[in-house]
Amino acid sequence: MSKLIFGIFSDEDVLLHNIRPLKQNGVKITNVYTPYPVHGLDKVLGLKRTRISICAFIYGITGMCLALLMMWYMMISDWPMDVGGKPNFSFYKNLPAFIPVTFESTVLCTAHGMVITFFLRSKILPGVTAFVPDKRMTDDKFVVQVELTDLSKEAEVTAMLMQHGATEVKEYGK
Amino acid sequence: MEVHDSKLREPLILGDKSLHDITEDVCRPIESKPNRMWWIAFIISACGLLWWIISDSYTIGTGLGRWGLNKTVGWAWDITNFVWWVGIGHAGTLISAILLLFRQKWRLSINRAAEAMTIFAVICAATFIISHMGRPWLVYWPIPLPNQFGSLWVNFNSPLVWDVFAISTYFSVSLVFWYSGLIPDFAAVRDRATTKGRKFWYGLLSFGWVGSAKNWQRFEEVSLVLAGVSTPLVLSVHTIVSMDFATSVIPGWHTTIFPPYFVAGAIFSGFAMVQTLLIITRKVLSLEDYITIYHIDMMNRVILITGSIVGIAYITEFFIAWYSGVEYESYAFLNRMTGPYWWAYWSMMTCNVITPQLFWSSKIRTSLAATFIISIFVNIGMWFERFVIIVTSLHRDYLPSSWTMYSPTWVEVGIFIGSIGLFFTLFLLFAKFFPVIAFSELKTIVKSNNLLQKRGGQHHE
Repeated sequence: MSKLIFGIFSDEDVLLHNIRPLKQNGVKITNVYTPYPVHGLDKVLGLKRTRISICAFIYGITGMCLALLMMWYMMISDWPMDVGGKPNFSFYKNLPAFIPVTFESTVLCTAHGMVITFFLRSKILPGVTAFVPDKRMTDDKFVVQVELTDLSKEAEVTAMLMQHGATEVKEYGK
Repeated sequence: MEVHDSKLREPLILGDKSLHDITEDVCRPIESKPNRMWWIAFIISACGLLWWIISDSYTIGTGLGRWGLNKTVGWAWDITNFVWWVGIGHAGTLISAILLLFRQKWRLSINRAAEAMTIFAVICAATFIISHMGRPWLVYWPIPLPNQFGSLWVNFNSPLVWDVFAISTYFSVSLVFWYSGLIPDFAAVRDRATTKGRKFWYGLLSFGWVGSAKNWQRFEEVSLVLAGVSTPLVLSVHTIVSMDFATSVIPGWHTTIFPPYFVAGAIFSGFAMVQTLLIITRKVLSLEDYITIYHIDMMNRVILITGSIVGIAYITEFFIAWYSGVEYESYAFLNRMTGPYWWAYWSMMTCNVITPQLFWSSKIRTSLAATFIISIFVNIGMWFERFVIIVTSLHRDYLPSSWTMYSPTWVEVGIFIGSIGLFFTLFLLFAKFFPVIAFSELKTIVKSNNLLQKRGGQHHE
């Protein structure tokens, strides 16, 4: 049986400086909710670097290949045409004219692929009910989520959070 | 947090705002009833929109014969308006993407509204593309789909096909870039919602965003990469639009200077539209502390630079027309200046080359009234630029027997004025229902900004 409690902080620097000491004291911080991106927070929490830009690169390469394949098939293989004495029977000779569409397709796949990955991985989707421990967490408060595995230590952990700069400690829905 | 203690750095938010103050200030228009100014503007815009619906329906119902086009002038107001609107869109992407890469923090107060402007401007542009096709129900023809003609594919050597890809990519990428930035702000509106309707709608729009550390880490990475791909994208879009002209053999269009010249012109006109919109928006929504004179000044500098590039491009074009020794080319430019459409050419020159030069004066650059007036001039001038390029190049072609004049019908005027109505209707709805400032991101600079103000960041003017 475990339980979540939430330490509310009012200042980003107080938050940043106290995450490490709290963790060293054995407080199990499972998440931090902030109203804006706090730089350095991922480092003190020990979060791994996101690999989403690697995905974006792969989507981009895919988009590029798909566009080139499409144009090769349509213009060179399936129905080559001789327009104005400029026949398109050879892929590489026709390549300069294919650059714009290749570029656009690369960007299209990079951007959409990346955003879709971001939404799915972070479970940000229409219809998802947000988990909001404190309504001020999208306004001006920084909420540290602590998992209590040993319920008898609740008072101790609460005191420790308060000692390390939290302005209040609360449970979900209270 | 790192604070650069520079006496030269201007505060980007005026007044000692707390994080909560910012939320309050930005959410106020969403949570209160729109004021009288908003309603007046909305009713006027909606009338414009209505006129647009009537004129466009009339065109679609009865055909392009309703327009003033003829066999010599096959493109006129339709493409002028299309290029004008697409160009206006470019400023939004420049602010949100290019300025992000250059770490220009002053973009934070204005990027949301500028991106919204981009999206609405591209919507307006797309309506002209669709209506100028004459048979809009065949709008899918430029898309490479298998068909019953053999399959007869689209021609990928054609800039018009490139344009279809460019505009649709630009629109959809701008839209997701804008929307992914809006999500945290929608969540903030959701969490402070007091009515059932707002709770439901902003809950739906915010996609369940909570702002956990991992979410933000990914969010920032996504913003950075989207900015990275949007930067070449925005430059490519107007480059490709210019290739619609430049790859043809029409004197006046067939010039290699077109891509950079069009891109500079696009940013120039876009910033002018941002100024027009924001000077009104900051007043109506009382956001003077966020969109400050400093922001206006910075944007005016961009207008000055891009306006000067456009001016040089005009002069270069003119010089090359003479220097090339091609008589058709020379005539096309002489005809622009002194032919029957001389007034359009000189309106363009006055509005685009002379007026932005006034911004060398810091007094004018920091004056709201002057900026507003000049921004209108630039908007008009850039419309004339496209009119001049399109109509004066076409109306006197190689064969003097087919020389003719072009004038728009009421239907074309209706579609153009109506599209402005469409644009403002969308923008006003945005200003009412969406957070006009990307305040979640803006909050990242609050602490350093307030510290800077306390230490007495000086106005260096």
